[in-house]
Amino acid sequence: MGDMVKGNIAMGEAAIRAGMHIYCGYPITPSSEVMEYLSWRAQEAGRQFIQAANEGEAMYMVYGAASVGSRVLTASSGLGISLKQEGVTYMAAADYPAVMINVCRYGDGLGSLESGQTDYKRETRGGGNGDYRNIVLSPSTVQEAVDLVYLAFDLSEKYRNIVVILTEGALGQMMEDCEYPPVKEVPFYDWAFDGKYTHGPYPSQMAVDLHAKGMKNNEKRALITENEQRWEAVGVEDAEYVLFAYGIPGRVVLGIVDELRKKGEKVGIIRPISLWPFPQKAFDSINKNVKGFISIETADSGQMLEDVALYAKKKGFGNVPCYFISSPPGVPKSKYVLENFEAIKAGKVKEVF
Amino acid sequence: MAKGKKAPEKILRQVPFCPGCGHGIIVRLVMECIEELGYNDNVLIGKPVGCASLLDNNLAVDTFTGAHGRNGASMTTIKRLKPDMLVVSYQGDGDCYNIGFSETMNAAYRNEKFTVIAVNNGNFGMTGGQMAWTSMPGQKTSTSVNGRNVELSGMPIRVPEMIAHSFDTAYVARGALFTPAEINKTKSYIKKAMQAQIDGVGHSLVEVLSPCPTNWGLTPLASMERIVNELVPYFPLGEIKNKGGK
Ligand SMILES: Cc1ncc(C[n+]2csc(CCOP(=O)(O)OP(=O)(O)O)c2C)c(N)n1
Ligand code: SF4
Ligand SMILES: [Mg+2]
Repeated sequence: MGDMVKGNIAMGEAAIRAGMHIYCGYPITPSSEVMEYLSWRAQEAGRQFIQAANEGEAMYMVYGAASVGSRVLTASSGLGISLKQEGVTYMAAADYPAVMINVCRYGDGLGSLESGQTDYKRETRGGGNGDYRNIVLSPSTVQEAVDLVYLAFDLSEKYRNIVVILTEGALGQMMEDCEYPPVKEVPFYDWAFDGKYTHGPYPSQMAVDLHAKGMKNNEKRALITENEQRWEAVGVEDAEYVLFAYGIPGRVVLGIVDELRKKGEKVGIIRPISLWPFPQKAFDSINKNVKGFISIETADSGQMLEDVALYAKKKGFGNVPCYFISSPPGVPKSKYVLENFEAIKAGKVKEVF
Repeated sequence: MAKGKKAPEKILRQVPFCPGCGHGIIVRLVMECIEELGYNDNVLIGKPVGCASLLDNNLAVDTFTGAHGRNGASMTTIKRLKPDMLVVSYQGDGDCYNIGFSETMNAAYRNEKFTVIAVNNGNFGMTGGQMAWTSMPGQKTSTSVNGRNVELSGMPIRVPEMIAHSFDTAYVARGALFTPAEINKTKSYIKKAMQAQIDGVGHSLVEVLSPCPTNWGLTPLASMERIVNELVPYFPLGEIKNKGGK
């Protein structure tokens, strides 16, 4: 058995173990413990840490750090991640890797101190101007958060792409058992600036053949879509209703599905772990006679729901109604989800798609 | 006959600035200093967004494509992760003092050990000559067509003085290009600024008063005269701060 650790601290430690060279960030609840922990832990481990003047500045620090080939991490929440978006899209243009943790707080604008899932669209669609995608991974336990942060640095380097860990305040603040992977010491990547002009004019944004770059971007996204879909599925083969939920709601709904199946109800769950790429392959094992798809999110209107409907169509379930259970903010209560599920089954709720 | 001087090896070709533009001279001085200090193969230049975006592909050194105004932040991590590399942030005044004011000041505030070259041409050259915080009172630009009204937009900004007097940095100076003697002085400031970085003394910044004949609507010669008569009285030349080497 591992130690009881708070989600935010566990993710900070996982980054150290994954060989992170530098952290740049600005505090915001409920993500601050990631940086508070790294403020001393990075130094202890011989790594670097900078507290920036704001999240935007932190992201341009990340951009610089990536350009010399370091493993770099930033963490924030909601509107803090909004401030970073110009830097994020510059990094996409340069094909630079980095890991960005969003410990999501619920709401628009300043948002709230409640946990939430209101940032799904921004994270899965890129967030800044242009046409790029970040790989987005979402854990539902502290252990999974550790494992995904550890993996995120490798994926980020493999595809030269930002990887977002999209988690929620509830998970960042939660204490759970977890075991850490071993500490890695990773050298700076050799494709990066070394001061010697080894790689010529790279990345040269003004002078590239834009068509060729666009085609390459497409190839990269297709490759990631093919290789990096991750999910957990229970009971979908015979399910009359398949529930979709990620992160903390994913965990709640797993419990609900487990209980219902014990009572003999034909219900299943798909818990996406990669939100981009969305795990469309998960549809391949779903019962062809399924009656409905239901997305449960701690958001006001269905954000992931749109992806569920989109990939349902792609996978031949175009006529299956897609419902939404809106459960903002915090952690969805089982009773509330069950009541809404019953109402859907009773035909009292209109499908969204 | 005037003696010709060989161009620095790392300048691949002439950067296509407008005729009479100060950028070309400043880039040349920067590259000469890098070469003379022996850093041709251990240097990174932060490229801004502005006319100096044209540096792309014309210099055979690592050139970081910065976001508009944000190189104060990006050069911070580059220098911290590569402390032996000479890191030079080449920025226009709009980039460095308008949109990038926060990043510029915060890097100086933290005394980050890289060198800023800030090209003060009193407008946003690249985008058609809009007003910059450095534009002079009454100066006509494409966003102050009746002349800059300082009642509404503030007096021209003097960032070098702010940094020199407020923060614990190593070296701050302001140079100009209107005579060969001034060009040589400016070069000596740039070199001392780089030396302060190499010696690990701290942050350094050199502002250069630079003509933009295209957007000023003046000939190259008249542009130089404007610098002498209108700009130098407000933007005094010389070393503002020199903490000295180690
Ligand atoms: C975020 C953002 N806003 C605006 C612009 C448009 N823009 C490009 S360069 C520039 C001004 C550059 O002026 P300066 O830094 O003084 O450089 P100069 O061309 O005068 O050397 C502006 C406003 C941009 N590229 N990015
Ligand atoms: S617009 Fe002005 S600053 Fe830009 S290249 Fe032309 S003269 Fe130089
Ligand atoms: Mg300018």
